[in-house]
Amino acid sequence: MADTGTTLGAPAERREGRDKVTGSARYAAEQTDAGRVHAWPVVAGIAHGTVRAVHTGAALALPGVLTVLSHDNAPRLAPADDATLAVLQSPRVPHRGWIVALVVAETLEEARAGAAAVRVDYDAVPHDVTLTDDHPDAYTPEQANGGSPAHREQGDPEAAFADAEVRVDTHYRVPPLHNHPMEPHAATARWDGGRLVAHDSSQGATTVRTVLASLFRLAEDDVTVISEHVGGGFGSKGTPRPPVVLAAMAARETGRPVTVALPRRFMAALVGHRAPTLHRFRLGATADGTLTSSLHEVTTHTSRIKEFVEQAAVPSRVMYAAPHRLSSHQVVPLDVPSPSWMRAPGEAPGMYAVESAMDELAVEAGLDPVELRVTNEPDTEPDSGKPFSSRHLVECLREGARRFDWARRDPRPRSRAEGPLLVGTGVAAATYPVMINPAQATAHGTPDGRFVVRINATDIGTGARTVLAQIAAHTLGVPLDRVHVDMGDSDLPPAPLAGGSSGTASWGWAVHDACTRLAARLAGHTGPLPDDGLRTHADTTGSADADSPYARHAFGAHFAEVTVDTVSGEVRVRRLLGVYAAGRILNARTARSQFIGGMTMGLGMALTEGSTMDGASGAFVESDLAAYHVPAHADVPDIEAHWIDEEDPHLNPMGSKGIGEIGIVGTAAAIGNAVHHATGVRYRELPLSPDKVLTGLTGLTPPIPTPTG
Amino acid sequence: MGSREHSMGADDATGSPDRHHSEVTLRVNGKPHTLIVDHRSVLLDVLRERLDLVGAKKGCDHGQCGACTVLVDGRRVNGCLLPAVALDGCDITTVEGLAAGAAGATGEELHPLQRAFVERDAFQCGYCTPGQICSAVGAIAEAEAGHPSHVTDPEAPSGQPVPLGPDEIRERLSGNLCRCGAYPNIVRAVEDVIR
Ligand code: FES
Ligand code: FES
Repeated sequence: MADTGTTLGAPAERREGRDKVTGSARYAAEQTDAGRVHAWPVVAGIAHGTVRAVHTGAALALPGVLTVLSHDNAPRLAPADDATLAVLQSPRVPHRGWIVALVVAETLEEARAGAAAVRVDYDAVPHDVTLTDDHPDAYTPEQANGGSPAHREQGDPEAAFADAEVRVDTHYRVPPLHNHPMEPHAATARWDGGRLVAHDSSQGATTVRTVLASLFRLAEDDVTVISEHVGGGFGSKGTPRPPVVLAAMAARETGRPVTVALPRRFMAALVGHRAPTLHRFRLGATADGTLTSSLHEVTTHTSRIKEFVEQAAVPSRVMYAAPHRLSSHQVVPLDVPSPSWMRAPGEAPGMYAVESAMDELAVEAGLDPVELRVTNEPDTEPDSGKPFSSRHLVECLREGARRFDWARRDPRPRSRAEGPLLVGTGVAAATYPVMINPAQATAHGTPDGRFVVRINATDIGTGARTVLAQIAAHTLGVPLDRVHVDMGDSDLPPAPLAGGSSGTASWGWAVHDACTRLAARLAGHTGPLPDDGLRTHADTTGSADADSPYARHAFGAHFAEVTVDTVSGEVRVRRLLGVYAAGRILNARTARSQFIGGMTMGLGMALTEGSTMDGASGAFVESDLAAYHVPAHADVPDIEAHWIDEEDPHLNPMGSKGIGEIGIVGTAAAIGNAVHHATGVRYRELPLSPDKVLTGLTGLTPPIPTPTG
Repeated sequence: MGSREHSMGADDATGSPDRHHSEVTLRVNGKPHTLIVDHRSVLLDVLRERLDLVGAKKGCDHGQCGACTVLVDGRRVNGCLLPAVALDGCDITTVEGLAAGAAGATGEELHPLQRAFVERDAFQCGYCTPGQICSAVGAIAEAEAGHPSHVTDPEAPSGQPVPLGPDEIRERLSGNLCRCGAYPNIVRAVEDVIR
């Protein structure tokens, strides 16, 4: 690449920053087309059964109500590959909170009142929503999420475990978790004759277009999906969700532009969640901590309409060099909402278990937890035997330990008290795979020396607009302010979603290729450019998705210091530090924000976030932001994120690995391990909320509070 | 089928007052708007749906997230919790009007907090951002006026301005959730402005 010195890696400011701080950035529900009306869903009040009748008379009699759609009268869609999008197509109720009707009215107030006036009769049948690891319906799926094999076994892990000098045999539980982006899922749709135009709060408008075209039996050219600004997604907007389908339906029925914005309390059941995972974990090692056996068995749930298997045992295939290994998943279909992606699916809950178990082993063997990890560093990827394209976990651990002053730690649990507070520190490793998907992009150089890059990338808060402009400017060898990036519209060259930490690599590769071609054409061009400039196109199919002979993953290390209040049971994080090895960092400013954001969500996973599937009602009890505790300002200390320079030629032209998810991955384990260090109590179920912590402390003598404490 | 007579377009007064609708005058970002509002309408929806001021965001509609924070008569409030009909004659400032209200602003400029948010990268998706900024404006004024918070030293003299260190800022902005986790940068942005 041409080197202009500063554009790649520089801390460029977000391009849409001004629009976001002045309120002029418009999100999907804020498309105030003339005549736009609102729709409000009615959701199922039973967990399993069928709708017998939807009584709409009272709603239709209210002022402003235009129509009430239900399975009785809603437009018929083509069969959906994703059953969660077959909305209002049948009377079946697969879980509580499933959409059974939609009220369209002139105003929000009228739509809400209309929804409250709809009465639904059901034929309910018994439901089962309770996950256990010995559930009779548990089965081993063919694959877990991401195409990972459900079951892998090497050597003789059971025998090696039985023979091990040091053993850890334990269980962990991660509860259901909710993505809860601050912008609720929303869409505004209108029909222009036979064309459908939708603004959707989505992580990838190209897929939304494909799916809408299929459901409404349209040519893809007759559908435009715009996702210009998206208020976070964290996986829950990765594929289309019901609002965009409902908005398109309602717009067709009423002939008006329609906005469907999900009320926050409906989201838990309608946009996917992180499925609960029950982990059985066994580690066997020699007395010096060398692993001989690792067995990671995960049980999770899925819905009755969709198989989604959280691949939580997968990180065990990547991390440590045990010669005998088992990693397996089983899944139980229940009458629950369909789970889906939430930031670092698989890795986040999986590494909570892996890294908690490693900490338990360190305690059991009397070894330093950093050294234990270094001891078990593999030469090749344990499961595949492939060489790593780059792996600098040890460097991350060492650098983190240095910055955190780990060497001064007294390893004895419960060795530090400050009045009623117990203080502890913990460490955990993190990993996240490198994923890259093919994309297309065009580059356009104009006679006035400006450049326009077009690609349907999506900025869900990552700073994609900014970093793609940096990649283009760097490749073209021109100043950053000469480059404009058009994105967030399915009429642009198609591109994959902002997900799997793959966005920048996938889009950036196509942008790089288009700009490389343009630079070559400009170099070969003599005389002034034609009036409409020069254009190039790139498609990375075949290169971006080519099989790699390497195992490619980002790594990181997390260090946490916590205080545990022995009176209230409250755990607070005092210090949180992450060090990452994620290839080349392309924008220091926005990258740091992503790392810190991931760690903040990991802090929530550790301490405040947890959802409960209520056995009696089949509802997620913590369904709003008052009950489901997303970390608030006061929960979050000044988090530090650092990275080491990592050169890896086996990734993509930029040399980058994804950074959107790894921040969450090891955080919960680091905090949990710190709580063990503080208290001497091993908690194995998240979140570490005061009720659990106090219960655990009860078995021990609380320290005597000092008068000055 | 319901009648449409009570439904309003995007702009000022249409329809007429009745049992369920009243006329109110709201001064929004310095400009008076006289509207007939549905008694069920909250300030947030009037701003977004009637006045096309979409800077205030709807994150929960229940007073649980702070995305809808605006200033009413100089105090920060959750716009989703305030019936618009109760605000006749009130002065309302939204994120769109902050810059114009800042001392010496020309209109094109940003409010110092807006500038600090951009410089400190105090947001990612931007959805909580207008609420964070309005909330910070309100919080700074409250501390100036001597309002203590949960973390204020109980020994501090009452009625005196409360200095805003990081803990005070975190505490006072805890009504504004940010799922992107921009908190540390938000604290820095606020510190930049009060310094
Ligand atoms: S929208 Fe008002 S507090 Fe959430
Ligand atoms: S910036 Fe996305 S929620 Fe705060």
